[in-house]
Amino acid sequence: MNFSFYFKTYFHLVKLLRIRAKNPRELLTGIKKVPLSSIYYHTHRFLQQHHYLSPEPPNDFAYWLTNILNLRDLGEQFYGVDTIHFHNLRELRSAFITILEKYLSKSGRNTKCAEGYEFHFMSCTTFVLPTPYVAHNIGEFAEIIRKISPNSLYYHIFEARMRLERDENDFSAWLKGIGYANIAQEVSRFDPYTITLEGLRKKTIGIIERNARD
Amino acid sequence: MPEIREYIPIVGQSVIDELFFLAEKLEGKTVQNINSTAVGGGVAEILTRMIPLLRELAVDAQWDVIKGDGKFFSITKKFHNALHGVDVVITDEDFSYFVEVNHSNAENMNFLGDILFIHDPQPIALIDKRKEVGKNWIWRCHIDFTKPKPDVMDFLKLYIRRYDCAVFSAPAFSRNLTIPQVLVSPSIDPLSDKNRELPKDIIDSVLERFDIDKERPIITQISRFDYLKDPLGVIEVYKRVKKYADCQLVLAGGGATDDPEGLKVLEEVQSAAEDDPDIYIIFLPPSSDIEINALQSASTVILQKSLKEGFGLTVAEALWKGKPVIASAVGGIPLQIAHKYSGILTYSIEGTAYYLKQLLQDPDYARKLSVNGREHIRNNFLITRHIRDYLLLFLSLYYQDDVVEL
Repeated sequence: MNFSFYFKTYFHLVKLLRIRAKNPRELLTGIKKVPLSSIYYHTHRFLQQHHYLSPEPPNDFAYWLTNILNLRDLGEQFYGVDTIHFHNLRELRSAFITILEKYLSKSGRNTKCAEGYEFHFMSCTTFVLPTPYVAHNIGEFAEIIRKISPNSLYYHIFEARMRLERDENDFSAWLKGIGYANIAQEVSRFDPYTITLEGLRKKTIGIIERNARD
Repeated sequence: MPEIREYIPIVGQSVIDELFFLAEKLEGKTVQNINSTAVGGGVAEILTRMIPLLRELAVDAQWDVIKGDGKFFSITKKFHNALHGVDVVITDEDFSYFVEVNHSNAENMNFLGDILFIHDPQPIALIDKRKEVGKNWIWRCHIDFTKPKPDVMDFLKLYIRRYDCAVFSAPAFSRNLTIPQVLVSPSIDPLSDKNRELPKDIIDSVLERFDIDKERPIITQISRFDYLKDPLGVIEVYKRVKKYADCQLVLAGGGATDDPEGLKVLEEVQSAAEDDPDIYIIFLPPSSDIEINALQSASTVILQKSLKEGFGLTVAEALWKGKPVIASAVGGIPLQIAHKYSGILTYSIEGTAYYLKQLLQDPDYARKLSVNGREHIRNNFLITRHIRDYLLLFLSLYYQDDVVEL
């Protein structure tokens, strides 16, 4: 049996859906009808494009509601959606729908943005590619983690779990498979949505090195 | 022209390696770019830089240019203005002549590419050849058409809908079309004269030439003298801030000398500057890339207080030089700046003045924004990302799923 870890990387090609929202009601309509790849895009874009920013990687919906519509209370609820607790994009979409429906039925404030500041729904096609990096043991694994691209790191932590609907991130699954259940558990426990990709890289290496010392 | 390996110190080995991985997947495919000019203008500039890099990645990239006479280009200029929302009269004869020139080019062109990558409206009607030559066709729109005039848009739609996909630079530019639409933002080249790191002595010599004091804070806006860039608003911002923080203002840019409105704006700007010795109004000729680079590099804070903007790549240029930027939230600027993360987005003179004062008085905060801003450009708006998006775009023609394992 092959216990090697094959590192992959990914890229997104962004598609314009030509669905726009000027107010929370239209945002709700859009969230209901766009493909799941759009929900994924708008909840993960910040992590990819701003992977050096910490510790606030907001989703696009929260950013638009807060900074464009100035609906801070509603925006805060979107910020508060704990992405890590959702196992698939359908559940995540439902959470956003619930917040908006509740908001609209309660306050009825359907604030409209100025022209030119609409929310543009987008989605993405993900291309997954193999890299030349293969880890045959935990030592090699830690070494490769040091040098892979942020995209590769992102793919194994986020893409695998949420977009491809795997139960855990790829690193945890592999570490568990080769007998490092304790390290796997630690790696699966941290919330990658609240640290940067570089922070994630350091943290993963740190856990492996600490366990190796113990 | 720089070689692809020269970008490794800037974006990292892994990014360049990944471009090679992707390019390998296009083996055996020829990408034929077609536009309307070999020199001058943004499209020619990006193709001049990109084609050699694509070839280094072993992508068979070709570039052809359509031919047209003065009449044809005066019609396409009218198209251009109409797509920007300007009222122009375009007659049926104009439309017919446009198609006629396209057809004549189509007859004489060798459509050797597996992918025909058509840039902007001028060669758009080459698609009429599709039935005959087959292949995959992409239409790339480099123009900001947020509010195009319906007659030209309807005419172009007749052609756009026959392409496999259309590519736009910003979400707001997309239209109601039946074909897939893709977002590919423009980029800057970090190794070009406008963006490469300049030696200190060159920067100093440019400041000296314009008599700017390098020891005192410099606020800069680089843009042509145009109402839409709001140079008068910038002067008002400076005047408000000057009461609290010592600074100099540089307004530098070009503009057509035969453009009466440009000259009028320049006169108004000069008048608004009055006799303030700390305001520098610099009218730059074309090909002033080194001067622009030096002025940006010497700045303490850079403004882009546009009232309307296309993509606004001057923002990317400023951020790439590690400068804190305050810019209006218009056009493509919000794609380049996340407010309070990688720069400041504002909506008014008051807001711009408030944040400018803050950045001048809190250099640590300004530094944090500029570090983030430069990283954001490194990851998202350099030519290497642009090449990657194009490679993905070409590959996307051969796959239908949302997730593609290559």
